[in-house]
Amino acid sequence: MIMKTTSERNKQTTLFIGPQHPGITGNMMVKLLVEGDTVVRAETHIGYLHRAFEKLIEQRNWLQSFTLLCRFCVPEPDPMELTYARAVEAIEGREVPPRAKYIRTIVAELARIQSFLLWYGGQAGSAGLYTLGQWTVGDRNYILDLFEDLTGARIYHMYIWPGGVRRDLPKGWADKTRRVLDYLEKRLDDYNRLLFDNAVFQKRAQGVGIIPKDKALEWGVTGPPLKGTGIGNDVRKDEPYCAYGELDFDIPVYEGGDVWARALVRRDEIKQSIRIIRQALDKMPGGSYYNRIPNPMKWRLPAGEAWVKTESVRGEIGFYVVSDGTEKPRRVHLRGAAYTHGISVLEKILPGQNIADVSFILNSLGACPPEMER
Amino acid sequence: MSIIDLKGLLVPLGALKQIAKEPHTIKYPDQTKEISERYRGFHYNDLDLCIGCGNCSTICMNEAIDMVEVEGIEGKPGDSGLRPRIDYGRCCYCALCVDVCPSGSLSMTADFIKVSEDAFDFLMIPGKDNPDGKNKITFDASTDTSLNLFERVPMRELPPEERVQSFAEVFLGYTEEEARIEASRCITCGLCTENCPVHMHIPEYINAISRGDDEEAIRIIYDNNDLPEMCGKVCTRRCEDVCALQVRGEAVAIRWLKRYATERAENADMIRRIVNPEIREPNGIKVGIIGAGPAGLTAGYYLALKGYDITIYEAKSEPGGMIMYGIPKYRLPYDSIQKQVDYMKSIGVKIHFNTKVGKDISFDEIYNKHDAVFMGVGLQKGYTLGIEGEDAEGVWAAVDFLGLVNEGKRPDMGKRVVVVGGGDVSMDSSRVSRRLGAEVVQLYRRRIVDMPADDEEIEGALEEGVQIIEKAIPTRVIKDEKGRVKGMEYVRAELVPPEGGGRPRPVPIKGSETVIECDSIIAAIGQKADFGLLPEKVQNSLTFERGKIKVDDERRTGYPKLWAGGDAVKYGRVDAISAIADGFYAAESIDAYFMQVKA
Repeated sequence: MIMKTTSERNKQTTLFIGPQHPGITGNMMVKLLVEGDTVVRAETHIGYLHRAFEKLIEQRNWLQSFTLLCRFCVPEPDPMELTYARAVEAIEGREVPPRAKYIRTIVAELARIQSFLLWYGGQAGSAGLYTLGQWTVGDRNYILDLFEDLTGARIYHMYIWPGGVRRDLPKGWADKTRRVLDYLEKRLDDYNRLLFDNAVFQKRAQGVGIIPKDKALEWGVTGPPLKGTGIGNDVRKDEPYCAYGELDFDIPVYEGGDVWARALVRRDEIKQSIRIIRQALDKMPGGSYYNRIPNPMKWRLPAGEAWVKTESVRGEIGFYVVSDGTEKPRRVHLRGAAYTHGISVLEKILPGQNIADVSFILNSLGACPPEMER
Repeated sequence: MSIIDLKGLLVPLGALKQIAKEPHTIKYPDQTKEISERYRGFHYNDLDLCIGCGNCSTICMNEAIDMVEVEGIEGKPGDSGLRPRIDYGRCCYCALCVDVCPSGSLSMTADFIKVSEDAFDFLMIPGKDNPDGKNKITFDASTDTSLNLFERVPMRELPPEERVQSFAEVFLGYTEEEARIEASRCITCGLCTENCPVHMHIPEYINAISRGDDEEAIRIIYDNNDLPEMCGKVCTRRCEDVCALQVRGEAVAIRWLKRYATERAENADMIRRIVNPEIREPNGIKVGIIGAGPAGLTAGYYLALKGYDITIYEAKSEPGGMIMYGIPKYRLPYDSIQKQVDYMKSIGVKIHFNTKVGKDISFDEIYNKHDAVFMGVGLQKGYTLGIEGEDAEGVWAAVDFLGLVNEGKRPDMGKRVVVVGGGDVSMDSSRVSRRLGAEVVQLYRRRIVDMPADDEEIEGALEEGVQIIEKAIPTRVIKDEKGRVKGMEYVRAELVPPEGGGRPRPVPIKGSETVIECDSIIAAIGQKADFGLLPEKVQNSLTFERGKIKVDDERRTGYPKLWAGGDAVKYGRVDAISAIADGFYAAESIDAYFMQVKA
């Protein structure tokens, strides 16, 4: 609730961005108290998208929930599948074959790249630069093609599940992936010319939406926004999962904490992801891709609980899963990076910013409403 | 913006060079999208392969799949006759239905475009509404990728060389862990229930076993089978023939799971405590039962639960009929039968042993003493071979031979035994003869694959060293001067398909006569009933078909207040579970009859 004093009321007005607004990153709303062009206070309002995912998952057996998990967040279905699968495996103590770990790594990194390509569109678009978005979304389709070949679907893959992955790599898929990566790597220079070399973007992004370095950890910032403040925390390095521990990659870190730094982090993340995928393809172990689960309708997990986190595109996501020894989870909880970034961090850094920068900053934080409303 | 930042203004203009490039997009409809080999589009269902188990419908959390009747498809054993219909307003194309399809009939295709103004057009029966989908299959589940577990937990058994040393039980039963794993393979479709003569609640008790609730499983089992431990060891398990998993893999070991559960109850008291059946107040109606075989015991047990006063008349000194005297002890130990019968006795079933109807007591006496009579007399007489020299000493009917051995006698069969036949009884005869120390040659007129015997029995016999000669027809028993068997002559046969179709007929090949030397011959070519116990007036009012009594669906005979069941009636098949079904449904019918009389 934004309380206004009498004197404020004369100068200030309330604005709503969303839930129907091209600048909003999904079905949410930011309520602004503005004075002139400057934001005085901001409040994130959610509730337009509540689908009770956590409760629905608790009504499904351990496998059926995989049709829901990928729907948490459209631009990044795979980290959700991966994290939940790992949580289930942790409760059951199920081993994952090395080949599956490598395939999972590749899928997670492809998901990262395609999500960042989509982000390029949103970030540039909210600065009025529409060409780049058309390029990157077009190029993203090459990755979706890869997903289609691998999983049978472009967006909702339902591919990573407990015990490994659903199907083995199709014939020729590795070569096709390498070709797509070569192409994308070349395209990154084109993107640079349109975005980072662009005076419009430079002027809009530098010094805007600053997350103070000393506050970042306290506020619970993770992912690219955290790396943009100069703190290089990354679950892939800190608590390696899948095949990350065996692969060589760097965590891009930029100082500044502004939109510009976050954008640079994402640009470099794409390069690192390409590097990771190439290594994973080269080192791909043979053997089984799947440690077969029992009949899913009668699959009971031992009683227990697990908290498992991964580095998703937006930052750290974690699943807390409790099993009471039956065919269904007792409790499922998702902690997504978007919850922090889109609500508490956004509300803290918007005051003092220009109204025109609100959706620009929102895009740079990577707020995804379905992750906030679970 | 500073004016000198020229680079920042000019560099983006480099994008203009892209204008000359070919676009990424395809030009629909001139060009269509190239579909991946694994694409998950609309479903296709091979309607002939589909068995209507409904597993697709069960796993679908969107409730997009309904099982519906389809014109031209009839239900049959192992096929519910229903087929999935998919609501594409609900389907999320996750393909879990494909991955859990046990028959592998369901798949997904490259098709994904459908335009219609009628919402009902999006309720599609795959395979019927898109027959061309067969050539566009992109996503399917092989036995490797399927979520079904096609491999059965193997049953531990004695090694063959140890088996022939004694009559110790061959199969050792599942351990708890093995049973849980095996039970978890069941997909709960219920096709098995339909094919079981007594329609046991198979998915339900398997569920209970997989949950770890063995006592609940026992309660469910005893609901309509009073001899489950026997069935758990020797049932002909028609349920497994139609198991959804046997289409592409091994059926769930339903029989072994029943055995596992029932063996948890170690004695009659434990069965009584666990089953804890509701026994109705005695109603004073007396029912006499002739024969303490599976049919008679079952009718007696379920009637006793309903408050009837039950007396069973049994000619032999032990209960069980053919399961006691016909089935060798290495398959069904004595204690196992005794335990189950003791439990029935505790419910109030009275059994008069050594009381042969027609000799020790007349049929009329029983009929007059009781308000109703159930008859389950079984098939006691073996068919004879009908060849020269059959009267020789050392020629046995299989039932007599097995009966003698099961009574604990060990007849001297000599060095070599020839067994004639290809059914379960012939396998029992061969394997028992091996245990008596004889070399065994078995003759069958068709091929081994045509044998009606259980594959497991054939395999067991071969492992134990029984030599089976296929396509051999016995022609003559050769006697020595003392009238004892010296050998058997047989001819080889060739299988000729009959003109009207059907099973190929064995036709003797002239001049192929061969003689095997042997000391004993066992004829295991079937049994017949002996209705000598029935007075003429009763016999005259019954209808017989191929030497068996004809009964209606409720197992009523043509004679008033006389019900019949088991091997001696012409209803269903000749096996223990069919006899149990006869007893069970006769009990229901007898109860319904008296309810009506009372009302």
